[in-house]
Amino acid sequence: MVPEATFSSYYGRPVLKEPVWRAPDVPGYLFLGGLAGASSVLASGAHLSGRRELARVAKSGALGAISLSAVALIHDLGRPERFANMLRVFKTTSPMSVGSWLLAGYGPVAGAAALCDLTGKLPRAGLAATLGAGLLGPGIATYTAALICDTAVPAWHEGRREMPYVFAGSAASAAGGLGLLATRPPGARPARDLAVLGAAVELVAKRQLVSRLGGLAEPYEAGRTGAILRLAEVLAAGGMAGAVLGGRSRLVSALSGASLLAASAATRWGIFEAGMASARDPKYTVVPQRERLTRRARGAADGPGPPRGGPIG
Amino acid sequence: MSDMPADPAGRAGYAAGHPPRVGFFTDTSVCIGCKACEVACKTWNEVPEDGLRLTGMSYDNSVGLGASTWRHVAFIERSVASGGTIPPEPPLLTGGLPVPPSSPEGGGPDVTGDIRWLMSSDVCKHCTEAGCLDVCPTGALFRTEFGTVVVQQDVCNGCGYCIPACPFGVIGRREGDGRAWKCTLCYDRIGSGLEPACAKACPTESIQFGPLDELRERAQSRVAELQRAGNGKAQLYLDGEGNGVGGAGAFFLLLDEPEVYGLPPDPVVPTRDLPTMWRHVALAAAGLAATAVALSLGRRR
Ligand code: SF4
Ligand code: SF4
Repeated sequence: MVPEATFSSYYGRPVLKEPVWRAPDVPGYLFLGGLAGASSVLASGAHLSGRRELARVAKSGALGAISLSAVALIHDLGRPERFANMLRVFKTTSPMSVGSWLLAGYGPVAGAAALCDLTGKLPRAGLAATLGAGLLGPGIATYTAALICDTAVPAWHEGRREMPYVFAGSAASAAGGLGLLATRPPGARPARDLAVLGAAVELVAKRQLVSRLGGLAEPYEAGRTGAILRLAEVLAAGGMAGAVLGGRSRLVSALSGASLLAASAATRWGIFEAGMASARDPKYTVVPQRERLTRRARGAADGPGPPRGGPIG
Repeated sequence: MSDMPADPAGRAGYAAGHPPRVGFFTDTSVCIGCKACEVACKTWNEVPEDGLRLTGMSYDNSVGLGASTWRHVAFIERSVASGGTIPPEPPLLTGGLPVPPSSPEGGGPDVTGDIRWLMSSDVCKHCTEAGCLDVCPTGALFRTEFGTVVVQQDVCNGCGYCIPACPFGVIGRREGDGRAWKCTLCYDRIGSGLEPACAKACPTESIQFGPLDELRERAQSRVAELQRAGNGKAQLYLDGEGNGVGGAGAFFLLLDEPEVYGLPPDPVVPTRDLPTMWRHVALAAAGLAATAVALSLGRRR
């Protein structure tokens, strides 16, 4: 058995302040932004290759998801009536500022793309809007990784290298999943491929993230959060299998799509909760920092220290 | 040793003639736990009450810094009987610093029976590289001409981003008000040449206010003195520029490791790693775009 690392704290109180961000607003925001952004990319491809049904599903999905995510974002503000202050300045040091500007550009074009498609009006403007949304979509889907990792929250900050890939994969699998759910199988082919590939990237990157964290993996694995993330893996695996094997059946396709959408949402939820848990417990702040100091002191004395991430008691 | 403090005000665009960077040096070795700083801060800044409760954490009932606690006095009880881990009493008659009254038995004022206290008044660090300020999307948090970090309450929309971006857990969102609040280093007072309310009220000069370079010099000689007197764990926390926040406007002399006082031992501003994060975000976004387009443009059946 690994001996429990001992550490000091002030009456067990957290060193950090737990984010005031609430569920379901914020995990919902992360999920919906991914769904919207990746759907817009899918919509561009589908539009250009003449897959009208899939393009319509993806464009409407993007509009619906981004509208809901904006509601979630504003609802989570302490002063919702001041949401417009988000566009008061532009700061690359603030992922939330960058994200607000992205959203301000993306929202209207995604809306225009969907409305032109649904009404059949202004096809040229519709094409331009579709491509515009497709261009901004990947940013919308992934900037949220920087948003949560650019904090002192240990489980997020230390996962910063893999998080963008987890989010990109998760977004692709959600958008593909929606395509599978709402499109008849022959036309859903690109959605299926995107969903399966996205889910695979999400699974691998998530595993990679957790395994690199050492002792900080605990918040991702323990308790209810661990259960949510395991559920996400089961749903993703099931969805992938269904999408690949049952591709000809409308029902199996739809169920697989729903399963992948749920997997993506559960992933975001689990990552959100893991961060919150790591902020609440001082050991996740103190122990890695102590180890870093020890390594630095030892490194100064006799070259590089042991690899990062020992157990956290 | 005492290098010139970084000039965050200059970096923020204030012209060369801006006032020198000011800050706090909190010498916890002379703190008597009177909480005058907490009271003075609340009174001057009209900070509302934030819960009246008995915590069981020694004499500490304000628990920690937050939206409505901008100075917080920590009390750590050390049982003298348990031996071993108790740092020796700091020498009190030194360096021209004020001397708290000693008890007749010769123990310091923080010794009662077999308990002694470590006490420390915590505050916002007014970091050179301030996570809260970096991530604030509205520009509500800004750098003053004194190099301090202040929230403009009429701009803050309560997004809450600054809260997890602070590696010290200082700033908080006020319940019912919805905005983020923290120590302003008495921006209004120092603007009129007064010292901050907490420093003014502190009876032992545990809280010292002044130009940062002077405070750093004073702190160096004080810690050297304590160490010479046998207080091996006496240490400066966040002095100089060589820490993860690029130096702090408020730094401390502690008598034990930082985490004992609830402070992070090696804090790093999260935005130091942001360029790397953006790079990975860009790669992930490009990958997503290329994959999705390639898959959907692929041959039709
Ligand atoms: S201590 Fe926290 S709240 Fe204060 S300036 Fe530094 S990052 Fe901001
Ligand atoms: S809560 Fe207010 S001060 Fe904090 S980051 Fe948001 S807008 Fe800025």
